[in-house]
Amino acid sequence: MLQPRFTPCLLIRNKGLVKTLNFKPFKYIGDPINAVKIFNEKEADELIVLDIDATSKAKEPDFAVIKKLAAECRMPLCYGGGIKTVEQAKRIIKLGVEKIAISSVFLSNPDIVTEISNEIGSQSVVVVLDVKKKLFNKYEVYLDNGKKSTGQSPIDLAQKAEKFGAGEVVVNSIDNDGAMAGYDLSLALKVRKAINIPITLLGGVGDLKHIEELIKLCGVVGAAAGSFFVFKGSLRAVLINYPAYSEKEKVIKAAFNIS
Amino acid sequence: MITIIDYGLGNIQAFVNVYSRLDIQVRIANSKNDLVGATKLILPGVGSFDRAMQKLNSSGMLDSLEQLVLNKEIPILGICVGMQMLANSSEEGKLSGLGWIDGTVKKFDKSSMLINKNLPHMGWNNVISREEQGLFKEMQENKRFYFLHSYFFECNEDSNILGTTEYGLNFTCAIKKKNIMGVQFHPEKSHHFGVQLLKNYSEI
Repeated sequence: MLQPRFTPCLLIRNKGLVKTLNFKPFKYIGDPINAVKIFNEKEADELIVLDIDATSKAKEPDFAVIKKLAAECRMPLCYGGGIKTVEQAKRIIKLGVEKIAISSVFLSNPDIVTEISNEIGSQSVVVVLDVKKKLFNKYEVYLDNGKKSTGQSPIDLAQKAEKFGAGEVVVNSIDNDGAMAGYDLSLALKVRKAINIPITLLGGVGDLKHIEELIKLCGVVGAAAGSFFVFKGSLRAVLINYPAYSEKEKVIKAAFNIS
Repeated sequence: MITIIDYGLGNIQAFVNVYSRLDIQVRIANSKNDLVGATKLILPGVGSFDRAMQKLNSSGMLDSLEQLVLNKEIPILGICVGMQMLANSSEEGKLSGLGWIDGTVKKFDKSSMLINKNLPHMGWNNVISREEQGLFKEMQENKRFYFLHSYFFECNEDSNILGTTEYGLNFTCAIKKKNIMGVQFHPEKSHHFGVQLLKNYSEI
C-alpha cells in the first residue's frame, strides 16, 4: 500500500535553520546539514527545505547550500525558495534534488509550471500555497512570508496548479504555523477534494495524533511538520526527532482502521 | 567497475554517495571513452521519456552501450525513467526506446484503477519480488521503496517481471532479462532497503 508521507519541513534563513510561529521568525534551530544527517539516521520519508529569505530579499537560490544538502540527503528532497526560472529549476534538479517548490512565481506567471514540468517532469514540480483563514470560513493565499495578500482562494490556485502541470501542492496554514495544535482539517479536506494530484499539508502538528486525524480525513497525503520534528517538550527545547517506523505504522493503522 | 551513465539526467551524485559509504568504487561516464572497461552499468533517469531518449541518443555513448550490454552481456540497471528506456516505446513520447526488454511504458489509467488514486504515484510503497536473490537478496519482509512517477513498464513476457507494486492495480516495478535489469522506484533515496539493493547489484 502506498503510505502517507511523514515529512519534516525545514526553514532556512541566513544559512541557518529557524522555526517560525505564524510565519514570524521564532527560534534558531541550528545547522541544516546536521539536521539532514539526523533525519537520514531516522530514515525520514522525505524532506522539504524552504529558504524563507530568498524570495522576500529577491535573492537567487543558494546553489552552494543546495548542493551540500542534496549531497548529504539520503531521502527524497524538495527544495523551495527564490526559484523564478526554468534554468534555476533544472540546475537544482541536476544538483540531486528530487522536487523543486515554487510559490510567488506561480502567482505572477502560472505558465512557468508548464515550462518547468516540460523540462524536469511534472512529478518534480511542487506548488506551495501559504494560506490564511478569513471570515466566514473562507481562505486566502498570501505571499512574501504571509505579508502580501493575493485575493485568491487556495482551492482555485490548487486547481490552477494541477491544470498547469504541477505534480504536488503543499498547503501551508499561516494561522496554524508553529502552534502545534493540529492541522487546519477543513482546509485540508477542501484542497484534497478539489484536485487529483498528491497534496501535502503543513502547519500545526504537535502530536502524532494530529497526523492520524489528517490521514483519517484525507487518506494518503503528505503530512508535513516543522516544530513537531525539531522541538521536544512543552518548553520547546530544540531536539531533532522523527518517529520510528513502528510508530508511523501505528498511526497509519489507526487512521485507516487496519488491525 | 560500476559505471554510472551520465547523459545529463538523473541524480548521479546520490548513487556515488551510496556506493562511497559502502566503500565500493564507482565511475561516472560522460562519453564512450569513459565506458571502456565498465563491468557493470547504472542508467539513471528522471523527467520525460522523449527527453531522456533524446539525451541518451545524442550522448555518443549508445553504440558502446549496445556493445557492452547486448554483446558482452555485462549487467545494466535502469532506474525510474532509466528502466522505462529499456522498453520498446512509451505512451509518454514518440521516440523509440532501447527495446532491450520487450514491453511498453503506459500511463496509469484512472478508469482501470479499482479506487481512484492521485497521480503521480508519489511516496513509499511495498514491493513484492518474485525472487529472494539477486537484487532483492537479504531483504526482510515488507520491503519498501520510494516512488515518483506517472508511467509504468508493462512487460510483454511474464518471465521478465521481477517485482510488482500495488497502486490501483498491480504494476511491474522491477524487471530482469538475463543481464538487463530495471527498477521503477528510487533505490538511491530509499534508505536501508535501497542501499541493500544497490549493494546486491554490485555483487551480481
